[in-house]
Amino acid sequence: MPKDHGIGAAQKRREDVRFLTGAGQYTDDINTYGQAYCHFLRSDVAHGKITSIDTSAAEAMPGVVRIFTGKDFEGIGGLPCGWQVTDKHGEPMKEPAHPVLAQGKVRHVGDPICAVIADTLDQARDAAEAIEVEIEDLPAVVDMKAALESGAALVHDDLSDNLCYDWQFGSDQEAVDKAFAEAAHVTTLELVNNRLVANPMEPRVALGEYNRANDESTLYTTSQNPHVIRLLMGAFVLGIPEHKLRVVAPDVGGGFGTKIFHYAEEAFVTFASRQINRPVKWTSTRSEAFMSDAHGRDHVTKIELALDADNNFIGLRTDTLANMGAYLSTFSSSVPTWLHGTLMAGNYKTPAIQVNVKAVFTNTVPVDAYRGAGRPEATFQLERLVDKAARELGVDPIKLRRQNFIESFPYATPVAVEYDTGDYVATMDKLEAMIDIPGFAARRAESEAKGKLRGLGVNCYIEACGIAPSNLVGQLGARAGLYDAATVRVNATGSISVMVGAHSHGQGHETAFPQVVADMLGIDESMIDIVHGDTSKIPFGMGTYGSRSLAVCGSAMVRATEKIINKAKKIAAHLMEASEGDIELKDGQFTVAGTDKSVAWGDVTLAAYVPHNYPLTEIEPGLEETAFYDPANFTYPAGAYACEVEVDPETGKVTIERFAAADDFGNVVNPMIVEGQVHGGLAQGIGQALLESCVYDADGQLLSASYMDYAMPRAGDVPFYMVDHSCATPCTHNPLGVKGCGEAGAIGSPPAVVNAVLDALNHAGHDVAHIDMPVSPHRVWQAMQG
Amino acid sequence: MTKVTMTVNGKSVSKEVRGNMLMTEFLRDELHLTGTHVGCDTSQCGACTIHVNGENVKGCTIFAAECDGAEVGTIEGQANADGSLNVIQQAFQDHHGLQCGFCTPGMVMAAASLLQENPKPSEAEIRHYLEGNICRCTGYHNIVKAIMAASGQDVSSIAAE
Repeated sequence: MPKDHGIGAAQKRREDVRFLTGAGQYTDDINTYGQAYCHFLRSDVAHGKITSIDTSAAEAMPGVVRIFTGKDFEGIGGLPCGWQVTDKHGEPMKEPAHPVLAQGKVRHVGDPICAVIADTLDQARDAAEAIEVEIEDLPAVVDMKAALESGAALVHDDLSDNLCYDWQFGSDQEAVDKAFAEAAHVTTLELVNNRLVANPMEPRVALGEYNRANDESTLYTTSQNPHVIRLLMGAFVLGIPEHKLRVVAPDVGGGFGTKIFHYAEEAFVTFASRQINRPVKWTSTRSEAFMSDAHGRDHVTKIELALDADNNFIGLRTDTLANMGAYLSTFSSSVPTWLHGTLMAGNYKTPAIQVNVKAVFTNTVPVDAYRGAGRPEATFQLERLVDKAARELGVDPIKLRRQNFIESFPYATPVAVEYDTGDYVATMDKLEAMIDIPGFAARRAESEAKGKLRGLGVNCYIEACGIAPSNLVGQLGARAGLYDAATVRVNATGSISVMVGAHSHGQGHETAFPQVVADMLGIDESMIDIVHGDTSKIPFGMGTYGSRSLAVCGSAMVRATEKIINKAKKIAAHLMEASEGDIELKDGQFTVAGTDKSVAWGDVTLAAYVPHNYPLTEIEPGLEETAFYDPANFTYPAGAYACEVEVDPETGKVTIERFAAADDFGNVVNPMIVEGQVHGGLAQGIGQALLESCVYDADGQLLSASYMDYAMPRAGDVPFYMVDHSCATPCTHNPLGVKGCGEAGAIGSPPAVVNAVLDALNHAGHDVAHIDMPVSPHRVWQAMQG
Repeated sequence: MTKVTMTVNGKSVSKEVRGNMLMTEFLRDELHLTGTHVGCDTSQCGACTIHVNGENVKGCTIFAAECDGAEVGTIEGQANADGSLNVIQQAFQDHHGLQCGFCTPGMVMAAASLLQENPKPSEAEIRHYLEGNICRCTGYHNIVKAIMAASGQDVSSIAAE
C-alpha cells in the first residue's frame, strides 16, 4: 500500500493552491511606492564600435528621470565569472571584462547600451526611441571554426584571439593512442549540439529598492540562488557590503538554469535605485529574453570510439568547440569542461578516454548552463556514437550497450569521477519491458500499412548531480563553495519553520522538504513550513541547480533535524527524570525505553521556550539548529530511455508515438513530484531533438527571437510518457540515499529520439548516418533524398 | 483616456484607461489581479488567458477599452464560492498538472473553456485545444491528464507507472 505521509508518499503539493487561484507572488507582481521603470536600449547589431550616444532629446521627454550609459559604470566592476578553467598548457582562461552597460563596443545583438528610467514604462520606451546612438559596424564572428582562424575579427580587442581556453582531460595520451592503434573498428561521428534558449515561462524581472534611512538595498529578482547573487553583485560588481544588501527571489516561474546567473539588469536596478533614490523596476519582454537570457548547449564535436574484435569499447576521444558567446556568463566556463568532460565515460567501462575542448568567443548571446548543463552534450555524443557503431558492426544496439556496461560499484572512470552505485542492467531490463520490444515489429507493420516509417531508438545516460565537494571543486577552479544549509526553527508550540538555502521554482520543495522532517520527528507535515528565497531569512545557501536540492540541501536539513532530535531528547530525559540514552522518539512522542513513561513533542518544545522546570545549567533554552552540509561526492542518477517515432516519408515530419524512461534516482521522497520532473525534462529533450533551435545569420542577427520563430514544444508535440524509477540503488554518501531527478529527462531523451529517427530511415533503406538536431521535417526530408 | 465599465469575476468596475492599455495591464496594474500572467509579447504563450463574455481570449491581444460592458473572468474568480478549488483546479492539483505555476492560470482558464465547449474531450482534442498555451515544466502529460480527469474520464490507465 502506498505511503500517505513522510518519505516516499506521493503527497499533493501545498504550493499548488496559491498557483491555481492566482495568488502566487512572482517578482513582476511586486510593486513598490514611488517605483520608476527601466527600459534598456539594446544593440541591434552583433558587433560594433559605439562612436557617439546622444541622450539630450530623450532626457527632455515627459517622465524621464535619468538615462544611464556605460560611462556611469566606469570604475565599477563588471559581471564576474564564477569558475576559472586552466587550459592544457597550465594557463588560466581568458576573462574579458563584462560591463553592466556596454563601454565603447557592442558585442552581441541585445548587448545593453543605455538604460532609461522614467515614471512609467511607456515613457521609458518612448524616450529610448529618441536616443541617438552611432555605431560603426564591425565584422561579426558567429561560426566557432571561423572565429578561431587567424585574422578573424576579435570579439575582445584586448585579447590576442577568440580562444577562451584549450582544455584537455582524461587518460594519458599514450593509453588513448594505443587503444586506437589496436582497435579492430573505429567509429567516428561529427555532430552539433544545437543552441537552445531555456525559456522559463516567467520572463526575468529585477526590482531594486534603496532605503536611505539605513543605507540598505533590496533586490527582488527572478533567481534560482539569491545568496549567490548577493555575493556576486555585492562583492564583485557594486561593492556593497553583504549586510547592507538583501536579495529576494519570491515565487519564480521556472528556471532551468537560466536564472542561476548574475545578470547585468540585476546590478543595474540596484545601482540605479541608489543613484536616484527611488525603486527601479525592469521586466523583460519575451523578445528581450531571447537576446539577454543566457543560452544553452552550442557545441560542435568530433567523437571517435575504438572497439576491439569482440566489440568491447577500448578507447574514446573527443574534440569539441564550445561557444561561450560574447562574454563569460557566471558558470559558463565550467559547463563544457568539468560538467561535460567528466561524464564522457557514460555507463560504459571504456578504459581510455580523452576529452578536448576549445571554448570560443563569438558575437552571440553568452552561453551558460541549461537543464543538464554539459551532461546532455556528453550523453548525446556518446549515445549517438554507440548507435552508429552498432549499425556499422551490424549488432543489436541494446546488446552492444549491455556488453559494455559498468557492472561493479564503486567504479572510478578514466575521467576522474567515482560512481558510487548504479544498476544499468536492471534499468535496461526495465526499459525493455516498458517499451515492449517484442511488440515493436507489429507496431512497425501497422505504421507501414499507413505509409509511415517507424523507428525505435534507445540510449542510456548517467549524470552527476549535487556538484561537490567544495574542496574538490575549488581545486578545479570554482570560485564558490558547493555545500548547502538549513536552519530548523522549532516554535514553542511545536510547529516548525525550516529555512533552506535551496530555492524552489517549480520543484515542490514546500511539499517534499516537510515530508523528510515530518518523517524524522514523527509529526504531521502540516506543522512544518519551508522558508526560502530571501537572504534576510535563510542561512547562506547556494540555491537550486544541478539537481542538488534534496541531495545537498535536504541532507543539511537532515543534519539540522538530527541536532534538534538530540537536544529534544535531552529535554525529554529531564522532563521524565530518565537517562538520555533511554529516550526514544516515535510518532511525535518521546518515551523511556522499557517503561510506559512518555511526553509529547509539544510538551518538550514548550519546555524549551518556557524553561521553568528546565536544566538551564546543562541545556540552553530554545530549540533551533543549523547545519551546513558539504557532500563527499556527486550523486549519479542513471537511466535507460526508449523512443518510438513515426516518420512521414512525404514530408519528413517526425511524430513521437511512445516514450519510456527507466531511471535510477536512488531513494525517492515524493514519487509524484519525481515523475513530474521527468516528464518536464523529457519534453525539453524532445524539444531539443525535434523543434528548438536558436538561429543566427552570418552577420550575428538573431533570427529566432520570439515564439513566432523559436519552436517551443506544445501539448500536441509530445505523447503520454511511460516513466519508472523502481530500479533504485540508493546513493551511499548522503543520509537520504537520494540522487537527483530534475535534469534526467533532458539529458536522456535527445539521443533516444534521434536514434529512433535514424532507425526508421535506415530500416526503410535510406543510408543515413546522422542528422543534426533539431531533426526537423526539412532535415529529415533532405536526408531521405540522399 | 476612456472610461470603461465591466464586470470582472462578478464585480462591477469602472476605470479611466489609456486607449492602448491591454487587458493584461488593466487587470494586473489597475485591478491588482496578478494571477493573469504575461509570458510573451507575441500572443503565443497563453499565460494571460482570460474569459471575455464566455469566450477564451488572450488578455494581451485585447484592449481594456474593447471590454467596456463585458463580463470578464480571470483565474481569481475560478474557485468555488466557499473558496475551495473548483473541479478543474482540483484536478490540476490531484494530478500534478503544474510545477512553477506561471502558465497555470492560463491553462486552467483554457481548460474551462474547452470543457464548456466539449465536456468529454479526447486526448487529441485536449492537446489540440492547448496549442495556444505553452508550459515549460510539466511536459504536458499531467495537464492533459488533469483535464481528462476534470471532465469525469477515467485516467487510471494513463502511463507513468
